[in-house]
Amino acid sequence: MSDENDPVKPAAVSRRGFLKGIGLGTAATGLISAATPIAEAATRDGNVRGPGEIPVSLKINGQNRNLNLEPRVTLLDALRNRLDLTGCKKVCDRGTCGACTVLVDGHPVYSCSMLALEAEGREITTVEGIGTPDKMNAVQKAFVEHDAQQCGFCTPGFVVSCTAFVRRHPNASLDDVRAGLGGNLCRCGTYAGMVLAVVDAAKAKGGA
Amino acid sequence: MAKVDWPAAEKRSLIGKRISRADGPAKSTGAAKYSYDVNRPGLLYAKLVTSPHPHAEVVSIDTSAAEGMPGVKAVWKETETKEAQYAGQILAAVAATTEEIAAEAIHRIKVEYKPLDHQVVDDNAELSKDRPSQRENGNVQEALSKAGKVIEGEYGLPVITHCCLEPHGQVTEIRDGELYVWPSTQNVSRYTDRLGEAVGVDQNKIHVECQNMGGGFGSKFNFDKWGTIGGLLAKQSGRPVKLMLDRDLELMIAGNRPSAYAKIKVGAQPDGTVTVVDAEVWGTGGMGGYNAPPVPYVFTKIPNTRLTGKGIRTNRGGQRAWRAPNHPQGCFLTMSAFADLAAALGIDELDFLLKNVAQTDRPEVYTEELKLAAELIGYKQKAHPRGDKTPGPIKRGLGLAIHTWGGRGHDSECDVTINSDGSVEAKIGTQDLGVGTRTCVGMVVAETLGLPLESIKVEIGKNDYPRSGGSGGSTTIGGISVSSRTAATEALNALLAVVAGRLGTGADNLEAVGGSLRQIDKPDNKIAWKEACGLLGPNPVTKRGVNKPGESEQAKLISQGVGGAQIADVSVDIETGIVTINEMVAVQDCGLIINPKLAESQVYGSLIMGITYALFEEAVYDSKTGRMLNADMEFYRLAGIKDVGKLKVHMMTGKGYDDRGVIGLGEPPVISPGAAIANAVANAVGVRVPYLPLTPDRVITALQKGGAA
Repeated sequence: MSDENDPVKPAAVSRRGFLKGIGLGTAATGLISAATPIAEAATRDGNVRGPGEIPVSLKINGQNRNLNLEPRVTLLDALRNRLDLTGCKKVCDRGTCGACTVLVDGHPVYSCSMLALEAEGREITTVEGIGTPDKMNAVQKAFVEHDAQQCGFCTPGFVVSCTAFVRRHPNASLDDVRAGLGGNLCRCGTYAGMVLAVVDAAKAKGGA
Repeated sequence: MAKVDWPAAEKRSLIGKRISRADGPAKSTGAAKYSYDVNRPGLLYAKLVTSPHPHAEVVSIDTSAAEGMPGVKAVWKETETKEAQYAGQILAAVAATTEEIAAEAIHRIKVEYKPLDHQVVDDNAELSKDRPSQRENGNVQEALSKAGKVIEGEYGLPVITHCCLEPHGQVTEIRDGELYVWPSTQNVSRYTDRLGEAVGVDQNKIHVECQNMGGGFGSKFNFDKWGTIGGLLAKQSGRPVKLMLDRDLELMIAGNRPSAYAKIKVGAQPDGTVTVVDAEVWGTGGMGGYNAPPVPYVFTKIPNTRLTGKGIRTNRGGQRAWRAPNHPQGCFLTMSAFADLAAALGIDELDFLLKNVAQTDRPEVYTEELKLAAELIGYKQKAHPRGDKTPGPIKRGLGLAIHTWGGRGHDSECDVTINSDGSVEAKIGTQDLGVGTRTCVGMVVAETLGLPLESIKVEIGKNDYPRSGGSGGSTTIGGISVSSRTAATEALNALLAVVAGRLGTGADNLEAVGGSLRQIDKPDNKIAWKEACGLLGPNPVTKRGVNKPGESEQAKLISQGVGGAQIADVSVDIETGIVTINEMVAVQDCGLIINPKLAESQVYGSLIMGITYALFEEAVYDSKTGRMLNADMEFYRLAGIKDVGKLKVHMMTGKGYDDRGVIGLGEPPVISPGAAIANAVANAVGVRVPYLPLTPDRVITALQKGGAA
């Protein structure tokens, strides 16, 4: 059992550095045969990346974060497992429940259903970037006030969805809220407080 | 000296007030860390290999290919059993440096199976091979022959799952011979059970921590197989291991509510007084035994009753306590049959229940609650005999149900410390499932010491703290409120004894109010809290409070036995079979309410969870392959925000309720919704839809059978 893919022990040579090395050196080295499939793919199409870990640069809550990830890593797993941004939760892991919702360029997205590398070059906002316990946004304040949470596991996903919803629908009615928040699920049954919270937050002008 | 009792209503500063949960901001901002969120340095991720067969001999498990994979740090395989008894049974596991590598590695583990015959069907009584259980009171045969009216019906509810949003699992780390575990649990103090033995660590060297957990509903008491495997993988690798169930396994193996199908005969006098109930009930709890739900439910004083229970053993994941075990089943079966009898007699269903509450343990409470619920939903204006006769495809109806629960507080210990700088800490080995336990401990301590809630530091969620019971049976609020009240009172008395000399009066003549300690008969003679604590000198005061349930019940600090009444208003489209909830009303008692805002949340949540199992939830098993067909959240549906209609909650308070002391609430209000909604559907469409969930196909089938569509 080796340490080759161990994220806690960064490899001495990064994948990018390795490929660069091949590119800069002459083709007539013994290295090229071992790396042939990757090198050929890279030659045919500059956009093909991986397999194996590749450098991925993400802009999250206004900060640039550089990671080495396998291309198959979802945005959700990158946030939770690599960046300790655990506000987004893994529940259904297939785009049904909304517990992993983050904003990508201001739009709510199920982060379990987007690859981390798809999010490169885009503005990612997680629940941690929306507010903090000392400085909550209008949606978060209204969630606390109306007790729109019990176990709280679905709450961050709802808060992100509601924040986006309120920005787009500042005059939302109760029915609008019921229709607009259909993409998130709660098991404890906190919808009663949630509807009131979202209407309140909308009144508080956009929730930002 | 302060006494351990509950303050009179006019003297309460916090208890009974609508206070927002203390951890609300942490939960709303993602700052709250759940067990799933614990990321330890050097963390490994574990994935499981499980049986695809519902029943098979496990011939061999070859893990060698996985062991050789880069990034794989530990591998476990089953050695104790050679038989898989249900699909999803855990047979092997790997821990790897990334979740992706672990997911890939489990596919390299080769398990050879020899499939055996399986049985997953649970709705056919003839499949029961166990000796039936039987209980009879009075003379059922004679009562049936003498009754003025007898109806016979078949009803049933399927197996449903807990579907906790945070799955079962834990992070485990072994350091210097000590085992640290962060499980998602509703049983912090007693979680360890025999984990030490299973993993090979001294039991007293296990440290449990669970600060936040994402739902349990009765399914998260034990460390479970995955707790053992996580510990063994951590031991083997020398690194912390996160092992959380994937969603499909969470639905298949981590919690099943037993099904219940029944043939019921109910007989009554012409005035509607029920005299006899004869029920044969069958269902499954997986491979284990089966306890038939109580039928008749609530109406325990009916003179002639017979209950025959037949368990069907199935190759399905095992049963676990599901919020009010067996009560939703007993309630649905009983209330459905009662409503059908009322309809057959041409008696209004509310009048029918009011007539028969004399045969319950608490007739006055049910009468009051039913009348209130009727008023809140506008029963008189909306009620009609069975079958909405208005033209058009949308039929509207009302349905009722009542329920009961115990809810006596559990054993609990709490330490309260008053420091010389005026700070106060409460430590208690309890857990907060989302009901607001942390908040309620803080409120009780703050109330006792005359301080604001924010000044109390409440520490829960560790087994290193004083032991407190698991959160099952709606026992937490009673347990923790008495232990924290007792600890705070005794700590306060120690402080009063120190302060008495300074104020020139006896400690008996002092009270803590509004941030001061003052003379009861001369309130101007007082000392500010912080100054008073300064008199303690270098040594803080720590006192332990203990809830001994029997003694506390005698002292009226806690009690047990609650009622509740619910009414549903539904519309049914008889062309599509779609049921829509227009409104639901819940009236509930639970003794003295510590925090009405949080208590109401429990009831709202119960209504919603009840709507979910009434309309959507069913673990669907394929009889040929023996596998669960909907082990995901698209097809194992939970109600969304638009599915729940308008909800009204009314908590009974004041005289006759507050003076009973504190009683648990988490379970009772989830009992009635299935029955109330099913009765409302029958009232709307004129025929009984006998099986939950009330999906369009079941509604249409019942309409066709009843000649109504």
